[in-house]
Amino acid sequence: MADDARMIVRRFAPDHAVIELSGPWLSRRGLPDPAPVIHELTSGAPLRGLDFETDRVTAWDSGLVTFVMKLLAAAAARGVVADRRGLPDGVGRLLALAEAVPEKQTSRGGGPGTRLERIGRWAMASGVAITAGLSFLGESLLAFTALLRGRARFRPSDLFLIMQECGPRALGIVSLISFLIGLILAFVGAVQLQQFGASIYVANLVAVAMTREIGCIMTAIVMSGRTGAAFAAQLGTMNTNQEIDALSTMGISSMEFLVLPRMLALIVMMPLLTVYADLVGILGGAVVGTGMLGLSWREYFEQTRSAVTLGDFFIGVVKSAVFGVVVALAGCLRGMQSGRSAAAVGLAATSAVVTSIVVLIVLDGVFAVILNVLGF
Amino acid sequence: MSSVSRAAPPRIEVTDLTMAYGAFVIQRDLSFTIQRGEIFVIMGGSGCGKSTLLNHLVGLKKPARGDVLYDGESFWHADDAAQERLRRRLGVSFQAGALWSSMTLAENIALPLETFTELSPRDIREIVSLKLALVGLAGFETFYPSEVSGGMLKRAGVARAMALDPDILFFDEPSAGLDPISSRRLDDLILELRASLGATMVVVTHELASIFTIADNAVFLDAETRTMIALGPPARLRDESPHPSVRTFLRRGQLEPVTGGSS
Repeated sequence: MADDARMIVRRFAPDHAVIELSGPWLSRRGLPDPAPVIHELTSGAPLRGLDFETDRVTAWDSGLVTFVMKLLAAAAARGVVADRRGLPDGVGRLLALAEAVPEKQTSRGGGPGTRLERIGRWAMASGVAITAGLSFLGESLLAFTALLRGRARFRPSDLFLIMQECGPRALGIVSLISFLIGLILAFVGAVQLQQFGASIYVANLVAVAMTREIGCIMTAIVMSGRTGAAFAAQLGTMNTNQEIDALSTMGISSMEFLVLPRMLALIVMMPLLTVYADLVGILGGAVVGTGMLGLSWREYFEQTRSAVTLGDFFIGVVKSAVFGVVVALAGCLRGMQSGRSAAAVGLAATSAVVTSIVVLIVLDGVFAVILNVLGF
Repeated sequence: MSSVSRAAPPRIEVTDLTMAYGAFVIQRDLSFTIQRGEIFVIMGGSGCGKSTLLNHLVGLKKPARGDVLYDGESFWHADDAAQERLRRRLGVSFQAGALWSSMTLAENIALPLETFTELSPRDIREIVSLKLALVGLAGFETFYPSEVSGGMLKRAGVARAMALDPDILFFDEPSAGLDPISSRRLDDLILELRASLGATMVVVTHELASIFTIADNAVFLDAETRTMIALGPPARLRDESPHPSVRTFLRRGQLEPVTGGSS
């Protein structure tokens, strides 16, 4: 215990106390609790003077300064004048420095507030977010009409680069995912259908599910994680660097220059990727069909051809173009709204993926209901 | 231009401008004019809203109240087409350059030319080389923004701001983060450009050396009272401003030799 921070309070007059400190006052070694001293100072006869005695302090760091600040604040609250001359020279200077500039009073009325206040703030923020999303949708529509009228301004080379990035470069991951999904679908279906001796219908199951639903939705989810997040991060970083401001001050619309090529690229590439994913998925199913169920390749593909119509393919392709718009818009919206810091760009990428997946699934449900009503 | 009075209106006129983020007012009741060919400095302590004021002048932020007039024509009451026309007369050099990172320096400067002019690619290339040479970056055409230093980025930003030969050039903290020599060179460049192009310059800065070297007139934004408290040539403000905070700012915090310090 010899080399611990120690503290003794002595009163040498009824209204005058000395705080004696000794040992190493280092915060990593652990420091005494100031509460007992403060209690000691406030109990008994009211104090008028307070001194420090620190000759035997062997070492100190910020821990001592904060400790003394607490004591001084407690003393000042009771009108006790503390004499700081007994403190180590450096501590006195640091205290003077810390107290030189008063705390700023220009806060923005923050603080957590009451529960009701927080609900109100949340509701107002949601209102603003919804308005922002809708106006973004409107602006993108305007940019699209500008494109149709041949007046949109963007660099064709940007469009080709983005297309390459979100088309051919995505083939690998899309192949892997859809092959495995086709394989899994066929396997799960085979276990059930074998019980009825209807193994051949595995081909129907895989073909219809892939073309109508899974091909486009899996592609869209892969693209939202791969490309939507990238869009959000790109635009968010551009926003941080004021690159988007630079476009605006030049009178170049960022909707046309940045959002439009990204939207176009996905509208073109998503249907292509979806058709590809459908075919790879069916191939995955065929591997199970031939390997596990003993069907021949020919049988499997004949059954597949009779199971799906061009309409099934068409439904998947149309949906995927819409999903492409969703992924592009969610990525661009979150990127453009991003705050100007590294953390904010990360958040933008995350929320781009979350937004687009939620909207994708909801839209897919809406499509299912509409197609059902229309009798497809 | 449809000015009724024959006297030419000031290049920029700010009338009763109030800037706010939501309900939080940053600066209120700003009114000043900037004449043709003038170098006008917006100064004040950190966080007083200098850059925000610049954003309001170049049309990035909409005023909560008040208006900005260019040659007597209101920016915020104009329709979209007129706003875009006005914007094309402004060049803005941002704090960190804000060059488009996916394009080379040459492509950055060429983009506004390709977008807004009918020039041939060859003419554009020549103009781009000229602008880069003007800011001392000849030969850096094919470099990407990530391949050059911070000071070069800023100068490339100036070159891009000058691409369309604007009537008014804005600079956001041109000397921040530059070594004394580079920042002095940038000041010289601003003076040189004004002399040769006759453009009006609006500079946001708190560098005293810059302020006294380049400014014809300056406005001082106060963070405490949230409004402008001084307007005029900086040397005069330093000596004669009725506000001690303006005089102290322009003397780099040195108190005037009237009162003695404490002990």
